[in-house]
Amino acid sequence: MNEMTTGFLSGFPVLTLLTVLPLIGAALALLSGRHARAVALVTTLACLAVSLFIWTRVPADGSIGLVERAAWVPSLGIEYHLGVDGLGGLMLLLSAIVTLMSVDAAHRVHHMPGLFYGLVLTLESGLFGSFTALNFFHWFLFWELSLIPAFFLIKLWGGPRRGPAATQFFIYTMAGSVALLVCFLAVFLSTSTGSAPGTMDFSELATMAASGALTQMVTAHLGPVMPWLAIGVLAGFAVKVPMIPFHTWLPAAYAEAPSPVTMLLTGAMSKMGVYGLLRIAIPLFGVQIAAMRTPLLVLAVATVVMGAWAAAAQKDLKRVFAYSSINHLGYCLLGIFALAVPVSGAAAQADQAAALNGVILQMFNHGITAATLFWFMAMIQMRSGGERGINDFGGLRKPAPVLAGLMGIALFSSLGLPGLNGFIGEFLIFRGVFPLSWVSATVSVLGLLVTAAVILTVIQKVFSGPVPERWASFPDLHHGERMALAPVIGLMFLLGLVPQLIIGTINPTVQYLLAHWRF
Amino acid sequence: MLAWTIYISFAGALMSALLPKGRNTLARWFALAVAVAGLAISVAAYAAGFAQGRIVIVDALWVPSMGIHYLLVADGISRVLVLLTGIAAVSGILFSWNVDLRTNQFFAFYLALIGGVYGVFLSGDLFLLFVFYEIAIVPKYFLIAIWGSTRREYGAMKLALYSFVGSAMVLIGLLAAYATSGSHSTTLTALAGAGLPVSFQMWCFPLVFVGFAILAGMWPFHTWAPTGHVAAPTAASMLLAGVVMKLGAYGCLRVGIGLFPHGLDPWGFAFLGIGSWRDVFAWLAVIGIVYGALVALAQSDFKFVIGYSSVSHMGFVLLGLMTLNQIGVDGAVLQMFSHGIIAGLLFAIVGRIVYDRTHTRQFAELEPMHLLRRLPFAAWAFVIAGMASIGLPGFSGFVAELQILVGAWKVNPWWTVAAGIGIVIGVAYIWRALQKAFFSDALPTAHEIESEQEHKFAPICWSEMAGVALLLACTLAVGLYPRILLDQIAPAVKALLAGGAQ
Repeated sequence: MNEMTTGFLSGFPVLTLLTVLPLIGAALALLSGRHARAVALVTTLACLAVSLFIWTRVPADGSIGLVERAAWVPSLGIEYHLGVDGLGGLMLLLSAIVTLMSVDAAHRVHHMPGLFYGLVLTLESGLFGSFTALNFFHWFLFWELSLIPAFFLIKLWGGPRRGPAATQFFIYTMAGSVALLVCFLAVFLSTSTGSAPGTMDFSELATMAASGALTQMVTAHLGPVMPWLAIGVLAGFAVKVPMIPFHTWLPAAYAEAPSPVTMLLTGAMSKMGVYGLLRIAIPLFGVQIAAMRTPLLVLAVATVVMGAWAAAAQKDLKRVFAYSSINHLGYCLLGIFALAVPVSGAAAQADQAAALNGVILQMFNHGITAATLFWFMAMIQMRSGGERGINDFGGLRKPAPVLAGLMGIALFSSLGLPGLNGFIGEFLIFRGVFPLSWVSATVSVLGLLVTAAVILTVIQKVFSGPVPERWASFPDLHHGERMALAPVIGLMFLLGLVPQLIIGTINPTVQYLLAHWRF
Repeated sequence: MLAWTIYISFAGALMSALLPKGRNTLARWFALAVAVAGLAISVAAYAAGFAQGRIVIVDALWVPSMGIHYLLVADGISRVLVLLTGIAAVSGILFSWNVDLRTNQFFAFYLALIGGVYGVFLSGDLFLLFVFYEIAIVPKYFLIAIWGSTRREYGAMKLALYSFVGSAMVLIGLLAAYATSGSHSTTLTALAGAGLPVSFQMWCFPLVFVGFAILAGMWPFHTWAPTGHVAAPTAASMLLAGVVMKLGAYGCLRVGIGLFPHGLDPWGFAFLGIGSWRDVFAWLAVIGIVYGALVALAQSDFKFVIGYSSVSHMGFVLLGLMTLNQIGVDGAVLQMFSHGIIAGLLFAIVGRIVYDRTHTRQFAELEPMHLLRRLPFAAWAFVIAGMASIGLPGFSGFVAELQILVGAWKVNPWWTVAAGIGIVIGVAYIWRALQKAFFSDALPTAHEIESEQEHKFAPICWSEMAGVALLLACTLAVGLYPRILLDQIAPAVKALLAGGAQ
């Protein structure tokens, strides 16, 4: 115990700082009323700086670094245990960027602004906490901490049908949380030996799972329930990602939430689900997931294809992007489930590594791109007086060429055009999945095609064609908006052209994770 | 030092009764000062207690012919509950700042009740414990009957009758134990060491346990609780749920389990899988958890929701006690503290902050009032208190209930499963109350906005804010760092369980 305590004190607790910073900002924002947005901007900028610093300190060997560890509630196996590797560091960076974008986008909150920005910052703290936690209790605390602000952000600032949307969101995510809690309680109870309490530590449990001890203990204690625990945990994360058929809360929530909140939901919160699969589900239940690989792949492919088809059928632009988000995260699920298979030989291991690199890249890139698209939706709705039907517009590139151009870049990034950030992740996923499961990869290509059609339709219907009379003087982006968007658009090009910026850091983590996972 | 909590409270009660009539402000500040002094002592004693373990505070022979001692003892369990009493006393006074009817008498009864509660938690002598226990019941009756609301005479009488029936059962058990032990002392240690015969413990344990458990709201003897809570003035319902129900649970633990450990042994036969009093009471506790939650889900009166939620949460305490293992009983004591704080907070919001302004507790009437806009402080306080009540991590309820579930699992996994269902229903009723009372989706009509302008609610006053802040800080502090209490609870529980095994 002493070693842990000194370990906690020896290095500066930068991860704790990062998690607490938005909470302090939230308290200040609540108190500062009208100046809340300024407080939120300063806080999110500071968080971005800290998370960039953390990104540079991620261990080069792919292991978990910047560890902070201290005893918390020993009788329940609860520890204060934090750390980051390439995956966690990248997610911190993404959360910081998306929250900054969201605060930037939300500049016309007249109704209780202090509370709005306070909740956004609390949500950011929840994201940071859950992306760094290495103990179930700690992780669950922040997982819930992000849900509750999200619920109120939808409920209080959403569109006309916000009530049912918020309720649906709450019930789905609560059900997912209960499933996770029950599964981890079972694991905790099973790992207790004699008078010693069990463990809720992710790294300890992962080690036990890799040696097969976890399955033995759970089976000895509870009978052959390990596959059911795996299903429970998968369901908890599947709701969050979401995976078909757990997705039905998403379109309503994304469409009814104010656009800045949708940016957070899709840009950062949906990644909590994928992250949970990688950090928790695969390391602990790899064998069980490998045994269920085929049905899971079917669901992943369904998520890809049906997400895209559903997007094609929508009339509301926000719903188009909502379903296209389901489609894009489906590629992550596809990559994860495809690589969940015992392999031997360097070639197959390279395939796994490619798929996993692709998944992590896709998480980041989808976060940036989807958040940007909803940001553009906020700008369009502000100009159109709330209208957002795909058929409500036309020829906007004439009155608003800059808007059309920049949003076009974001749309093409979402489509996966080479040279922009969206391409490389999806390419790596398909490169890895084809050799591992050529059927699912082939069917998923349908998703790519339909998405391309959807995006091109959006571009055509909104930006091309004749300009309706009422939009003849559709205001273009003003100077401030262009300045705010420039870094994001620049990032899309930068990552599209130099993906090594991210792969360089996450590849060691990918290798490390694959070496420690057991299927 | 801790003994002064009792003396200060009783002296304060006496002086408050003698204060001149009409000096309401003086009476309030006086009562607050007394309660704060009690809290300060209990905090100081708690801080000192980390190093002390079990200590004897006062030991004097009281009735030599009977061997009755005036014996005050403090261990980790007592200190935690004394701390809870101090916090509940201060916050209760803050939330009764607006009592204008016979203010000095109100606070006199209130402080007498507090003094009795302190006394029970510190008594090391069975007879003394019973005296304090009875002292706590009487002021409770008057607080409800004089200052209460909805059907107050009925609620007060029901509460008093249930309490007296429970006391009578306890008294019979105590006298029997004293007679059977043959020892010439009524201290708990002497009686526990007297080696009461197992056959005697077998019938005396359920008698005493049920006697105390009535006050802890055990199903099916819980019906006094919701009516009593609803009828009581806010401060009294806070005390009822916050500490008086804990008296019952404390008696179950200290007297029931402490004196008659063999009463929990298996009978030697089983009927429907129930083979001991332990199984019987654990299942009653589990039924209470689920039943209380289900009934709370069906209420149309806001305060009844909280009243039945208390039955459900106290079921966790009783279940934790029946696990008889370290983690489960630790959880039960922690849950006593946690529920005391959270129930107090919920009753304060519903009874004081909302009801005193809206003069209704019916959801149907609260729904069109748009309280989120008109009383945002109440709405957000209820959101946070509700999160604590459903046991989200980070609040005290999570660690307490999780420990009880883990402890119960080790004895009978079905208890854990059933209690877990109760938790899920708990999410549902808090959610429903929140939606109906504060977050209704209906948009206000022009007429409603007009009438709102005419009838503005009184602004939230400092005492309400201070009370909410105090209680929230406690549940968060314990939730985030439960060892602040567990480090004292665990050794005391260990000693108590070890004593029981002898």
